[in-house]
Amino acid sequence: MNDRIEKRIELNAPISRVWHALTDYREFGEWFRVKLEGPFVPGQVSRGQMTYPGYEHVKWEAVVQKMEPERLFSFTWPHPKSFDKADSPPDYSNEPTTLVEFRLEKTASGTLLVLTESGFDKLPADRRLEAFRRNEGGWTEQMKNIENYVARKP
Amino acid sequence: MSRGSHSAVAAKRRTHAAVFAALGDATRLSLIAKLCRGEPRSISQLTERSKLTRQAITKHLRVLESAGIVHSVHAGRENLFQFNPEPVAELREYLGFVSEQWDQALSRLKSFVED
Repeated sequence: MNDRIEKRIELNAPISRVWHALTDYREFGEWFRVKLEGPFVPGQVSRGQMTYPGYEHVKWEAVVQKMEPERLFSFTWPHPKSFDKADSPPDYSNEPTTLVEFRLEKTASGTLLVLTESGFDKLPADRRLEAFRRNEGGWTEQMKNIENYVARKP
Repeated sequence: MSRGSHSAVAAKRRTHAAVFAALGDATRLSLIAKLCRGEPRSISQLTERSKLTRQAITKHLRVLESAGIVHSVHAGRENLFQFNPEPVAELREYLGFVSEQWDQALSRLKSFVED
């Protein structure tokens, strides 16, 4: 089983447009749905408040890692135990983090964006967002997954 | 599968790291594949048709046990091992949730830059 998430998406927009949407803090805030306090600067903490409906009480905090123009934008961010309003707000300074990387590649029709989020193996086991917990079950599928994994890696 | 509150508490203390590490081995995955068919198995049964020794299989079972992926049950004088899907399911559930959030965010980004 992988300890990372990878997404690839083709965007019908020039690489310069995508880069701007990713790294301009106001534009990032538009699609990510967060109100950021200021521009992204490598090595610095980016702070803000989520604007996603239902999560307006959630703080955004990330440490910008790399900004290689039109190539790579990355940051680390914490995975708090819970976003539930009823719980006390998480102390982000002590939370384990994962690394988020956006890689861009020029294609014939626009831009290929590859997103990866890695480092989930460092998160404690109780780091599940209770508020979003799905229903239990799905064991059958679970076992199929394990069997498939075994079949692929004999 | 009924589970006591004690094991639920213990489950919370485990780290994802231990679960990932436990899963990152072909022998242990094949043991899980045998155990997740349902029936608890003895070390002898699990060693059958394996090139590994009983000692080696036992060592792998202990790794899976400490990650909470299997637990041992006593049946008479025999020690049987049983699959516990919870730690693996928790990991997948959490990754699934984060993955879904990214799908939504990236689709918003797509509409944002293509407009």
